[in-house]
Amino acid sequence: MFGVIFARETGFGVMVGRALYPVSAPKPHALPSTVVRDDEPLLVDSARSGNTSAFEELVARYEDKIFRLTSNITGNREDAEDAMQDAFLKAYAHLKDFHGESRFYTWLVRIAANEALMRLRKRRPNHFSLDQPIEGDSDLMPRELEEWSPNPEQLYAKSEIDNIVSAFVSQLEDDYRIVLVLRDVEELSTQETANALGISLSAVKSRLLRARLKLREKLSRHFRQGALN
Amino acid sequence: MNCKGVIREISNYIDGDLDPVVKQELERHLEHCEDCTMIVDQTRKSIKVLCDSRPVSLSAEVRARLHAALRRKIDHNAS
Repeated sequence: MFGVIFARETGFGVMVGRALYPVSAPKPHALPSTVVRDDEPLLVDSARSGNTSAFEELVARYEDKIFRLTSNITGNREDAEDAMQDAFLKAYAHLKDFHGESRFYTWLVRIAANEALMRLRKRRPNHFSLDQPIEGDSDLMPRELEEWSPNPEQLYAKSEIDNIVSAFVSQLEDDYRIVLVLRDVEELSTQETANALGISLSAVKSRLLRARLKLREKLSRHFRQGALN
Repeated sequence: MNCKGVIREISNYIDGDLDPVVKQELERHLEHCEDCTMIVDQTRKSIKVLCDSRPVSLSAEVRARLHAALRRKIDHNAS
């Protein structure tokens, strides 16, 4: 295990243990971050000064999440694996160019998103546009208007909810899916999402709004009172 | 602000990214509109459910391939 190697070689065992210390995502994200731990800058500094075990610890820490990201974007297992591997190799090669202007994880997400998008565009040339304006708002009005159960998450096992969410994400239109994943799964801010995709803030916001409303509609079918009866 | 206006701004409202005047108008609407209040609440919960979804673990084979590629890169840079 990379984590074990790092702890042994650097003596940071206590600091880089597996305990989670969530820190808040930068504003305007209103939700608490579940992604980044507060010892990350320490590891990154160590990796930048040549400690390869520190970089390996970062890989071990984020590989599942980066694979989820590349899977969510490409929708193709082979592409997702290649994009993830190339993202980590590129991050390693360009570690010296990371100067801490953003969180390391955000930087890594940008690299991985680019790798994944490149592969998606190759598979579906001219199939989707991330920055074309969305015409009209007739699609916005909610159809599901029913109260949810008081504790909807308790209606299902966690793995069932994960499956529902995963199926929803995979069926979403490409441009909505990519924005939603970067913003609400990877917890990039709206501005960071726009920067990562090279599109305007308004393009991010219009897609995010629609994706979130669709997510609510989807979950309503499962979470409304009496949904399991 | 009417219901349509609330839906248009719901995402910005949840993100705390609304102009104070618009925010006040929206909240005034929520005070007397049960449907919009419910939709705001459910949308917020939906984002949380998505945010809390767990990543699928990498297979041992893919993980091993990634680590081997990284090790080759590190060794190559060191030589």
